[in-house]
Amino acid sequence: MNEPLNQSPETKRWGHLSQFSDADSLLAAVKALRDDGYEQIEAFTPFPLEGLSEQLHLPRTPMPLIILIGGLLGGSSIYALEYWVNLSAYPLNIGGRPLHSWPSFIPPAFEGVVLGAAIFGVYGLLWVCGLPRLNHPVFEIEEFQRASVDGFFLAIEATEDPSPPENLESRLQELGATGVWEVPDV
Amino acid sequence: MTDQNTLDELVPAEATYASVTEDVSDVVFSSQKQRHWWVGFLIGLILLNVLLTAIGWLLVEGIGVWGINIPVGWGLAIVHFVWWIGIGHAGTLISAILLLFHQNWRTSINRFAEAMTLFAVACAGLFPLLHLGRPKFFYWLVPYPATTGVWPQFRSPLMWDFFAVSTYGTVSLLFWYLGMVPDLATMRDRSNSRWGSRIFGLLALGWRNSARHWHHYQKTYLILAGIATPLVVSVHTTVSWDFSVGIVSAWHSTVFPPYFVAGAIFGGFAMVLLIAIPLRRIYHLEHMVTLKHLDNMSKVMLVAGLFVSYGYLMDAYAAWLKNEPFDSYIYTNRFSGPYGLLYWALVICNCVIPQALWFPRVRRHTLALFGIAIAISIGMWLERFIIISLSLHRDYLPSDWAMYYPTKWDWLLYLGTFGMFLTLLMLFIRTLPAISMSEMRELVHESNEEQS
Repeated sequence: MNEPLNQSPETKRWGHLSQFSDADSLLAAVKALRDDGYEQIEAFTPFPLEGLSEQLHLPRTPMPLIILIGGLLGGSSIYALEYWVNLSAYPLNIGGRPLHSWPSFIPPAFEGVVLGAAIFGVYGLLWVCGLPRLNHPVFEIEEFQRASVDGFFLAIEATEDPSPPENLESRLQELGATGVWEVPDV
Repeated sequence: MTDQNTLDELVPAEATYASVTEDVSDVVFSSQKQRHWWVGFLIGLILLNVLLTAIGWLLVEGIGVWGINIPVGWGLAIVHFVWWIGIGHAGTLISAILLLFHQNWRTSINRFAEAMTLFAVACAGLFPLLHLGRPKFFYWLVPYPATTGVWPQFRSPLMWDFFAVSTYGTVSLLFWYLGMVPDLATMRDRSNSRWGSRIFGLLALGWRNSARHWHHYQKTYLILAGIATPLVVSVHTTVSWDFSVGIVSAWHSTVFPPYFVAGAIFGGFAMVLLIAIPLRRIYHLEHMVTLKHLDNMSKVMLVAGLFVSYGYLMDAYAAWLKNEPFDSYIYTNRFSGPYGLLYWALVICNCVIPQALWFPRVRRHTLALFGIAIAISIGMWLERFIIISLSLHRDYLPSDWAMYYPTKWDWLLYLGTFGMFLTLLMLFIRTLPAISMSEMRELVHESNEEQS
């Protein structure tokens, strides 16, 4: 299954990509490579695979914090706006109600919380993931298109790879990879 | 839903990651089976032109072309606003609340239910804008530093409504798009045409199914679902405040928020069924949107219907309890007044007919379900008409009493919004994956795990 490496020798190597037949063998391979001492393993799965984050020892995601900040910012800014409009910019006496009639300021402030949280959530996610980006070295490999259908892939960047590439390739094959490719750096 | 055998009913045993992906993406990529689509799209376009005509004439003549006048200042336009926005709520309910409760039967219906939400909110938003009379000044609702020095009045529920509906539209769009990013990557990878893969590639934002990205993505999606849940409740609550905060006798009631929310779910699920039943038939998706899905949706409808019936009872009970001659009169006028027939039609559509859903055979009979869903949609329309317009046509002074008759422009505008809805829905079905492929693959994975 090993593809002939048709890159010219001067092309810089980004790393190695390998494909596994199913979720279980991918998980096993990740675990084995972690034991071998590879720190920065990247896996690609067609759906969020349960247990993979733990095997990759991914740090806790900052997303809840980002969303919390967005929600607090959104809510407090709408409330502050209402306070300022009603008390200083345009005070209106509506049936003798107090200018700072806070219960009626709650509904718009609540919508502000939701809006702020959602916007920070979506844009924060893109920022944390380093998206959008137009290209990535792994897309150079034709077979990688299966990653969004039924392919389970694993990538190890060259910078993380202390041993000569041949060792890694044979190790990946040993772990049951159905295909191993060297990914050029683009 | 967590018992052993349910996954078999949601996804066939022979389904693989590739087969579910192909089944969904082929609806977009295949050049076959176009006739139904063209018929639907053409009807949509014709009705869309009806909409443009109705709006055009309204802008030329003003809202005098509608049947509204004092005392009935809120007519069909407000009825239709509430009707459409209520329909939207089922989409958020399916995608957010059912996700939080780990109901994996939501998987194959959430995407188009969310699309339905977006399009329904777009239709709903038209009505209050046009009802302003001077739609070109709609931006006065936005709190911005104007040279006039005038600011919006934040104590008014109408202002809250503006915030609620615009937030709802924005968050629904973000949630829908975020959920679709992995599927857009699949479409990019499966597209055979150069332009197809470029356009889907741009829309997919460079998504590469990396475990790191899934790690952040899943958490974000779950939290957004968590905040969309109170949002959907808040939106229809705010819509009900438009009425119940006012001093119109039949509106001034605390039962409004819960029974408006239940009514929204009721009418919304009916619309999901009205879309799902033909969709699964025409595109042969019966193995993904299964009878089990229809069965579960029917159960939600049944429960929401009981809530709504309870709301009608409590409404009448509150009027009786107040022991106020005018309040009692308003309610007896509903049953036996000039619009009495509509009230009994409402009772039949919303309280009687849905009781058929107690029978499992009815819940799994697509034609019967389709009929019941139509009855519920009509019933929910009648409910809004009775609450909104009927409550206004009788005031404290009999000299103010008047009948309200919608004009043809009221009806054409309503018909036209169906055109907008249908056109957008048809474009969505043919250009974007109507079922979440990544979640279907996850379901296949869970089903495989369960079997082994």
